[in-house]
Amino acid sequence: MLLPLAALTVTSFGEGWSGFWDAVTAPVALASLRVTVAVSAVVALVNAVMGTLIAWVLVRDDFRGKRVVNALIDLPFALPTIVASIVLLSLYGPNSPVGIHLNATQPGLLVALAFVTLPFVVRSVQPVLIEADREVEEAAASLGASNWTTFRRVVLPTLAPAVIGGTGLAFARAIGEYGSVVLIGGNIPRKTQVASQYIQQQIEIDRPVNAAAVSVALLAIAFVTLFVLRVLAGRSQRREEDSA
Amino acid sequence: MRTSTAARLSLRTVALGYLVLLIGVPIVLILWRTFGEGVGTFLESIRTPAAISALNLSLLIVAITVPLNVVFGVGTALALVRGRFRGRGLIQAVVDLPFAVSPIVVGVSLILLWGSSGWFGGIENNLGVRVIFGLPGMVIATIFVTLPFVVREVEPVLHEIGTEQEQAASTLGASSAQTFWRITLPAIRWGLTYGVVLTIARALGEFGAVIMVSSGFPGVSQTLTLLVHSRYIDDHNTYGAYAAATLLMGLAVLTLLLMTLLDRKRSTT
Amino acid sequence: MITVTGARKNYGDFAALDDVTLDIPAGTLTALLGPSGSGKSTLLRSIAGLERLDAGSIVIGGRDVTGVAPQKRGIGFVFQHYAAFKHMTVRDNVAFGLSIRKRPKAEIAKKVDDLLEIVGLDGFQHRYPAQLSGGQRQRMALARALAVDPEVLLLDEPFGALDAKVRADLRQWLRRLHDEVHVTTVLVTHDQEEALDVADRIAVLNKGRIEQVGDPVSLYDRPANDFVMSFLGSVARLGGQLVRPHDIALERNRDRAVAADALTGTAGGVVESVVERVVRLGFEVRIDLRADSGQRFAAQVTRGQADVLGLQVGETVYARATHGPDAYELDPALAI
Repeated sequence: MLLPLAALTVTSFGEGWSGFWDAVTAPVALASLRVTVAVSAVVALVNAVMGTLIAWVLVRDDFRGKRVVNALIDLPFALPTIVASIVLLSLYGPNSPVGIHLNATQPGLLVALAFVTLPFVVRSVQPVLIEADREVEEAAASLGASNWTTFRRVVLPTLAPAVIGGTGLAFARAIGEYGSVVLIGGNIPRKTQVASQYIQQQIEIDRPVNAAAVSVALLAIAFVTLFVLRVLAGRSQRREEDSA
Repeated sequence: MRTSTAARLSLRTVALGYLVLLIGVPIVLILWRTFGEGVGTFLESIRTPAAISALNLSLLIVAITVPLNVVFGVGTALALVRGRFRGRGLIQAVVDLPFAVSPIVVGVSLILLWGSSGWFGGIENNLGVRVIFGLPGMVIATIFVTLPFVVREVEPVLHEIGTEQEQAASTLGASSAQTFWRITLPAIRWGLTYGVVLTIARALGEFGAVIMVSSGFPGVSQTLTLLVHSRYIDDHNTYGAYAAATLLMGLAVLTLLLMTLLDRKRSTT
Repeated sequence: MITVTGARKNYGDFAALDDVTLDIPAGTLTALLGPSGSGKSTLLRSIAGLERLDAGSIVIGGRDVTGVAPQKRGIGFVFQHYAAFKHMTVRDNVAFGLSIRKRPKAEIAKKVDDLLEIVGLDGFQHRYPAQLSGGQRQRMALARALAVDPEVLLLDEPFGALDAKVRADLRQWLRRLHDEVHVTTVLVTHDQEEALDVADRIAVLNKGRIEQVGDPVSLYDRPANDFVMSFLGSVARLGGQLVRPHDIALERNRDRAVAADALTGTAGGVVESVVERVVRLGFEVRIDLRADSGQRFAAQVTRGQADVLGLQVGETVYARATHGPDAYELDPALAI
């Protein structure tokens, strides 16, 4: 487990700190990292909102076929990422029947990443919403709070750790994603090339140090994200326990 | 919170609309394109020698990965739940590592470790065993990305059943081996199965890590996912890519059904 | 016969067992009684071999089992939460110990059927634990423990997870079962009523030490100290001493109270009190009182006595102890 990553880290510093720094800050590398982080952040935010909304509808609403919809949520997890790519291309690609051509554009990346990261927020918010104490909401309503106020001041704070956790996982997944963007992204340097594509390219042209350095940068971003999440989750949990 | 009908309906519409645009329509479309030219064409496309060899290779990788992950996963889960030793927190973090690491990064790391100029390059250069660009590399990559599933599914079950049943068995005269086979294993069987299903799904579907360490020759070292990719990119065989993708999707849906079924089973026993 | 000598067990700084020595005679039903954290469960689990002692020894039936694994101690153990093997039927649960010992199939079948009849579960052979009530599960666990003919039967709060009615029924049933099979039985409980109800002998534990061992009557009537006194029943503080509420007599007339007190001669004396509340609890009547010192206490009288007294809130009565709170000082031999 750790050995491959050790090899990775050592290689990335094989030409010293400056070698590492040069590799990461090479214009194309930097651009790919920037695209990756920006697109992933947008996707994570979109899915934070949509995921919470979908979880709400799945828990509190009732309609025919709800169970099918519920099962559908897991599809992006179960579907191989390359298949996700193909599936999205069929609608939004060159042969699009509705004339939407997102192939090789940043919106194309957005769609692909939104697809693969959809389940994270839904699946982390859903159980919390099921467990949530509805009496608290009723109490807020009995005290004269409007629906919107109740949601903002009572429901959202209880959901916050789950939303943040799911969003962070979605972000971490998005920055490392490869399979689903490989076909739809277009791999245009400085425009739609994401970090993982850049890494793959560097390996193909036999520049392992560059590949390793950007890999380490990617890893570092993922770890910092997960670490910040853990701290945030720990803090809100403590606050709940203190008040309990 | 009592939402008005109008509000509820509009929330529902937004949520379902998002899902339909993102998941529903594309999938229907690809199914329509795959089967639009008849089932025969579809079968033909997934019966080419390259496709059959790709399916076989994918299944072979699954067949090697699953038993290894079961043994390792159950062992690690037992150690994490029952064990009292230093460094448990570290192991917890390491187990989750594959979730946080990009598959491409996994691939790069393996190349740098096992490749001909990597740390263990000697194995390839002296013993003639090709790890990278060979089957071992693909298996190692798959194991790396599927490692957490069994551990993470078995661990909570072990927590929940606690140690009382095992203690009861020991007061009734069962040795630790007997206790494991007759009490612990049956108790975790659904969690374990769930973890195995997830492992299989991910092993079949892994793309990024595998493409890095595979030579990708059709009929030799192409897995199903690599086949989809090469048909689309290299052969410009869009239909063939759709067909292979549909096959993989079928497997994914099957997994999904199994998961739903197992989930119900887990919650009732 | 179980002999525990000088048993010690620490969890970090916390002494769960602090030099415990205890004899449990063969064939008896002994209760280990104490509040939570008193070490009673640790003591039981040490006898079973589920905990390892830091110091001391345990002898079961003349054999030193201190370092012996639980598998080889010849014990039967019943857990508070049943520890039912959820993936096995009732029959397979009960047969488990025998099948581990590779007994012939026919023998196992007969033994299991006999046991299920004894515990009143015949007809439930093919059910799974999830299909049984809590009480039924615990009876199954008991049959499972008895199937291997244990030398001693150890029960860890066996009725703790059941509701009050079932608990009382099972308690009676356990007593009858013990009278039939006569296996040496040790029962851990925090419920003094349960201990008084089923046990031949009670060992009271507190803070990892044994406070007193004896039969239920002597423990109730001649407690070795205030802890045992207050743990084995309700108490009232009267004139600075502990008295059981039903051992308090009330008089409207001060002189009569003094005269009567002179005869029984406890050290409490006569306490002038004001009635604060009269509560009728069926046959019993509880009278909440406030002494002139400000001390509040309760007396318990029968309905007949209450009717004769006809006490009203705010009236003055004279309370005295009829049964000596200091009785245990008269018989130091009982104190350990």
